[in-house]
Amino acid sequence: MPEARIIPIAGNEPSAQGGVTPLRGGTEHTPKDAPRLKAGGGSARTKPRAKRPEPEAEAEVESPAESFAPLPGSDYEQPDWDERVARGLRFLRRRVTGDYEIDDFGFDPELTDKVLMEPFRPLYEKWFRVETRGLENVPDTGGALVVANHSGTVAIDSVMTQVALLDHHPARRHLRMLGADLVFQTPFVGEYARKSGSTLASSSDAQALLTGGELVGVWPEGFKGVGKPYSERYKLQRFGRGGFVAAALHARVPIIPTAIVGAEEIYPMLGDARTLARLLGLPYFPLTPTFPWLGPLGMIPLPSKWIIMFGEPIHTEDFPEGSEEDPMLVFNLTDQVRETIQQQLYRVLVQRRSIFF
Amino acid sequence: MGQVVLVTGVSRYLGGRMAKLLTDDPNIDRVIGVDVVPPRADIGRAEFVRADIRNPIISKVINAADVDTVVHMGVIATPVQAGGRVAMKEINVIGTMQLLAACQKAPSIQRLVVKSTSSVYGAGPRDPAMFSEDVEPRHSPSTGWAKDSAEVEAYVRGFARRRPDVTVTTLRFANFIGPQVQTPMTSYFSLPLVPVVAGYDARLQFIHEDDGLDVLYRTTIADYPGLFNVAGEGIIALSQAIRLAGRVALPLLPPVVGVAGRAMISAGLADFSPEQVRFLTYGRGIDTTRMVEELGFRPEYSTREAFESFVEARDLNRVLSPDRVEAAEETLGSLLTRGGSRA
Repeated sequence: MPEARIIPIAGNEPSAQGGVTPLRGGTEHTPKDAPRLKAGGGSARTKPRAKRPEPEAEAEVESPAESFAPLPGSDYEQPDWDERVARGLRFLRRRVTGDYEIDDFGFDPELTDKVLMEPFRPLYEKWFRVETRGLENVPDTGGALVVANHSGTVAIDSVMTQVALLDHHPARRHLRMLGADLVFQTPFVGEYARKSGSTLASSSDAQALLTGGELVGVWPEGFKGVGKPYSERYKLQRFGRGGFVAAALHARVPIIPTAIVGAEEIYPMLGDARTLARLLGLPYFPLTPTFPWLGPLGMIPLPSKWIIMFGEPIHTEDFPEGSEEDPMLVFNLTDQVRETIQQQLYRVLVQRRSIFF
Repeated sequence: MGQVVLVTGVSRYLGGRMAKLLTDDPNIDRVIGVDVVPPRADIGRAEFVRADIRNPIISKVINAADVDTVVHMGVIATPVQAGGRVAMKEINVIGTMQLLAACQKAPSIQRLVVKSTSSVYGAGPRDPAMFSEDVEPRHSPSTGWAKDSAEVEAYVRGFARRRPDVTVTTLRFANFIGPQVQTPMTSYFSLPLVPVVAGYDARLQFIHEDDGLDVLYRTTIADYPGLFNVAGEGIIALSQAIRLAGRVALPLLPPVVGVAGRAMISAGLADFSPEQVRFLTYGRGIDTTRMVEELGFRPEYSTREAFESFVEARDLNRVLSPDRVEAAEETLGSLLTRGGSRA
């Protein structure tokens, strides 16, 4: 199916400052505007799309951010074997004796960096060949809210965004994602989600993370986005109730509209076995060209080419105190974010050469 | 004139220590301990009254001694302690009702401190990561200790409304742990193979017994009206706790857990009630901002330190002790690196 049919609307206005203009003046600035990111402030980083940060000289010092395992897609020389063995064993010993820290949300940073993200790195580098754009729009420090489109039948797009920010952002930021309660109800999935930094999509958790200076990711379309039929690809679904906007307004952190292109094609969902889904207690039961017809083989995603584009931040610092209590403003801002992501999607889509390359 | 304090549940470990702590305070004239059985441990200068709080006798005790402060620690956690679930419920709920009725009639009462539990928040997938005191439970507990405690709290709220002149403090404690205290959690972690629900890793919070008593003591000698969560700083995962204790986890699939749980209760091994299973599946976190800001209390032990103090004191015969693991690390390391240099 030719995909270049999609015609971008208002394609030449990059920042899409449509709906709401931030109210200027009249209010005092928050004391903490230090981490505010100026538009185009990414000049500190000359190559935003460098394959991978240079290995930091592999010193003896053991820092949690440093990975002992060979990193996929890297062609630098492996550190000394003995050193690697020693580091690996130290890591194992700490894990076996329980000598590590998790945060209030159950996030285990060490396990995430070294184990949980590992299976997704080859998928990211080799299978989907994810390309990131606009990483400089994500601040190095402080709270920010990444809002992206959800798609792909199985929500790998969120994990890929997480890998992008962890491995390719200069500050190696952990993306703390907000998930539906179904995620935490499901065995193994829920455990994985908590350990890799996700928590329940609730206003208290979102605010605690954002005010704590974390980078938070939301996919406001939820299951409506992941489980939509292939014919509706790249059409944003309804954006929840705008709770994420209220949380960002409350914490006065920027919202980063993000478009993920490529995830729609990994499992083209042609049908939905509703009865089966209801029996299994799932929001949908996908029927793709390969699943469930080929059994486990049908679970292999198609190797589409992915582009993740982090858009220009929408600042919330200039809104007056208590704006999160103004439903009209929240709705308008939600619409603005949605529109921005939709236009980013169209822009990236016309630039993409084909689904697979 | 000094304070006269009545402590319920004095024959159990925490109640006994609380009574002793209070008798050491020169500003407290009398400490009266109440329980159905005589205390086994030393309760200091405290006077013991063998009474059932389900019985109107309690009212006479309060009036005769001009009690001004009541510390209610008499809510029990497991049916084993009470001799059955029916008796447990009666002691917890009817006992509290009687006690509060007596307090309401006694003009001398000025302060009421209630030891409650964070299990009133329940546990489930729709829970926020941290419960603050104002958050309504998303999965209200329907059985056992948690339900009793929720009912006790409701009666305490009713009492506070009828006697606005009395300062009422309700403390929602995370699980107590420490060198001495005996709880369902301590017997759970003392099992050589610790059964867990496969596919879940609960978040746990603990309060060290000394810290918990400290909070109870503070709120007994001064006015801190309100509802407070009390827990040590930080969180540990259930899997992590099992590793810290040097135990081995035994993952069970959910259908098996119910059967195994009932078997363990009847064998007296550990409390594996449906409520406890839910807690060990989803875990729970409570937000202690109010405790720090309004009570001005910072526990000396973090959650992890409190747990480690329990592990050290019990001298659990650790299957995976840190020494053994370190030795294994060295052996493996020398083996692997020699292999590496040969290659």
